[in-house]
This record gives sequence, C-alpha cells and structure tokens, in this order.
Amino acid sequence: MSKNWKHDFVEKRIGLFAILTIVAISIGGLVEITPLLFQKQTNEPVIGLKPYTALEMEGRDIYIREGCNNCHSQMIRPFRAESERYGHYSLAGEHVWERPFLWGSKRTGPDLARVGGRYSDEWHYVHLMNPRDVVPESNMPGFPWLAEAELDGELTAKKLATFRTFGVPYTDEDIAGAKAAVQGKTEMEALIAYLQALGTGLQQQAN
Amino acid sequence: MSSFWSAWIIVLTLAFLVAIIWLLRWNMKNYTGIKEGELMDHEFDGIVEYNNPMPTWWTYLFWVCIVWGFLYLALYPGLGNFAGLLGWTSSNQEVLSLEESEQATAAAREAGLIVQYDREMQQAEEVFGPIFKAYAERPIKELAQDPEALKIGQRLFLQNCAQCHGSNAQGGNGFPNLTDDDWLYGGEPEDIVYSLVNGRRGQMPGWKEQFSEEQITELAVYVLSLSGRKVDPELANAGKQNYAVCAACHGQDGKGNQQIGAPNLTDNIWLYGGGSQASIEETLRNGRNGVMPAWDDILGEDKIHIISAYVYGLSQE
Repeated sequence: MSKNWKHDFVEKRIGLFAILTIVAISIGGLVEITPLLFQKQTNEPVIGLKPYTALEMEGRDIYIREGCNNCHSQMIRPFRAESERYGHYSLAGEHVWERPFLWGSKRTGPDLARVGGRYSDEWHYVHLMNPRDVVPESNMPGFPWLAEAELDGELTAKKLATFRTFGVPYTDEDIAGAKAAVQGKTEMEALIAYLQALGTGLQQQAN
Repeated sequence: MSSFWSAWIIVLTLAFLVAIIWLLRWNMKNYTGIKEGELMDHEFDGIVEYNNPMPTWWTYLFWVCIVWGFLYLALYPGLGNFAGLLGWTSSNQEVLSLEESEQATAAAREAGLIVQYDREMQQAEEVFGPIFKAYAERPIKELAQDPEALKIGQRLFLQNCAQCHGSNAQGGNGFPNLTDDDWLYGGEPEDIVYSLVNGRRGQMPGWKEQFSEEQITELAVYVLSLSGRKVDPELANAGKQNYAVCAACHGQDGKGNQQIGAPNLTDNIWLYGGGSQASIEETLRNGRNGVMPAWDDILGEDKIHIISAYVYGLSQE
C-alpha cells in the first residue's frame, strides 16, 4: 500500500473521520445561525409588543396541547398573496419572546399570525365549539371540551416566571397575580384570549 | 450587523469555498501509485475495488456548483453586510412598526434597491390601484347597480366577511343577515361604510340580577307579543309592566334604535336563536355582546367602498 494515499489515513481512523465530518457540517450553522443570536433584528421586540397576559399564556399552552400548530401556521411570508389576506408580513421582532415559536409549516387552515381582533370573541366561541356553524365548508374539528374544562392556575405563575428568565418583561405583580387571573376561567376563554392577542404587537408607532 | 459578525460570515464562507476547491482538486489526482483501472491492493471478505476516477460529468457538477455559489454571493446578499451587486432583498425585515415599514419601503425606493415584496406590491398597485380609485369616486348607490363592481365586492366579501355573515350573506346565530331590510345600525351606504371602517359593538346587558326568573319569562312573552306572536295575554301583560327598562334602548314601541344598534323587536327577525322563547329568556338573563370588528386597517377605504356597495346591493333586490 502506498504511503502517499492519504484517503486511506482518514478512512481507517474513525474518530478523526468523525471530527472532520463535524467540522465540515458545522460551517453552515456557524455562518447562518450563530450571528443571528447576536442581531438586533432577532432580539429587539417590535415597538409596543406586550407580553402575553396570564390568561393568554394559558391559552397558548392549550393551543400547543391541542396541536393547533399542526394545521395553522403563524408566519405570514412577504408575498402579496399572503399580506392581502393576512396583513403585514411577519417580523422577527414580533417573535422574540416566543419560546418555542409556533410558526408551523403546514396550512390546512389559514395562517393565524394576525388573527387577533379579526373576529369577535363570540365568533371564536361558536367556531371552536363547532366550526361548521359559521363556516360550513370547514374541515376543522370542534373543541367543545374547552368550554367545560376550568383552569386551576396552579402553574401559571411558574410559567410567567420561567418566561421572565428568558427576558420577557413580566413584573412581580404580573407573576403574583397570575393564579388569580386565570383561576376559574375556562380553557375556551384562555384560548380565545390568546387568539385575540395574536399579531396585535405590530402597530403604528406611537408618537 | 456589526462588522465582527459580517467579517465572521465572509471569512468562514469564502474560506470554506476555497477549501472545497482544494479538496476537489486534491481528489482528482491519483495518489495511490496504482494505475487507473487496476485493482487496489485491499480486499475485504472477497470484495475488491478498482482504482477508478470520479466520472467527469460528476466533477463538472461540483465545478458548476462552486461557480454558481460565487455568482450568487456576488449578486445577492449573502456575505455579511455586502448587499450584493443587484441591490436585491426579499423584504424589509429590520422594521419595528408599521410606520417604520412604510419608511423603509420609501427609503429603499429612493436608493434604487430592489425589495422584492415592495416591488410586487407596487406592481399590483399600478394594475389594481386605478380600478379601485375609479370605483371609489362613484357613489355607492350607483356602484350597487354595476355588475363588475358587484363581482369585485362579492369576492372581497367572500374573502373577508363570509366567515361570520356566511357566503350567502344571510348571517347565522348571532351574526346579522345582510340580505333583508332589517338593519341594526342603518342600511344607508354611509351607515354600512361606518360599520366597516369603525366596527360596531352591540351590548345588551343581562338582567338576572334585577329580575326574577318569573319576571324574565313574562318579559320574554311580552317581547314575543310585539312581533304579533300569539301568547298568553296574562303573562304578556305582566311582562309589559317591566318593559320600561327595555324601552330605554328598544323604544316604547319596540322598534329599536339604530343609533346604538338596539334591534327592532317587532319585525319577527331575530339575531339570536330564531325567536324562540328560550333564547329570548337567555338574552334577558345574561345579555349579549355583538362585535363587528373594524376593517379600516386591514382593507382600506377603497375596498371598503366596494364591499359596502355589494352589501348595500344585497338588500335592494
């Protein structure tokens, strides 16, 4: 065997081969991901962005639990075809406090990034109980049990405190009042409160 | 982006490209000391390998990709803060409010940069803008006779309004029927435009604290009698005694008040529950909240004008 054949050297040393492979595939991440962790664009909230209230935070967890993000995206791409229907395209600054983000990747139903304020609470209630009562051609399942399940608020304060460690500006009062704010409310109310908050962070600049 | 991270991206990207070129050239040379096409000197379990070079077309693919990479990085934004020779970007991502978004669009246009999204919007504005403008200048009553305008209005309605009012505009439980002559807030063109621009909030308070269950039943029966329903006259009469509080909004004659969206109770058109006694009692007990969202920010004046013409036309047939 020729000593010149350097392939052989790498191919027969699996540890070295693994290290070189990791170096090769990490370049993309180092270039595309690492700088984003330090950009203003991905860390600075849009002007007037408000943290989710205790009730909205519970609603968000119900949104995740029921898997809403499997059929609804929360990401309006910068195309006219999307912004005509859903509103201004999504900005990184609207999502800096989202952990995890719920952008989704599938739209069996419409995008919900700016659904807040689009319909009345009453509409959401009817629609979540049985979507076909208001949209006959809808194939969304109903979620009637949400109207009966009550929140006990045991973990709400903990959730807000956890998000505060991520940099979401919750005050001590927010956290202290979290349990009382959700206790006795139904999961339906929480989910509707969350939906009504979606996308309302992006506003005209308050001068 | 700070110059550190910009340099980080540029150096890593270019160094990696150069490394790939070196790796490719290195791999194209025969270092094995064995002639091409002959057997290599290793064997495993009876399997042997010929010393064959990479297929030519295969190596060309590598070269094409590398050249493509350099061209892309020269034309488009990829290398840190270098904006690319085309001055192209997909959208203004570094904005923090709608106002900043508009400013960024204007600034990019002035600087001659190509913002893909803005350009798409501008091209659409050039095509559709004049059409909407022309319609916006004509009165709604006239547009309601124009089949072309109605077609546009209907499409916008189906896209934005049908979720509540239904694709046939006949509404549903709690969502007003727009095809009849009964209007909560008035059916003149300017009333419809106002509803769309500003939204509406209909609030019926609940009365279960003030009235007993019996009194609520009596009131419901009286309300039913207003639209000519055959009811127990005794119950209706008892209900009438308490109707004064209702009259504040719905009027002494029960014909409602379009200023505040208090429904007419005499026309046998019902927003909730189709006029069953049970649903009227429910309304009296817990009240109702009807919300029409404001559409000004979403649709804009011109589109609202055409939708209003469509809605106005629905009840004129």
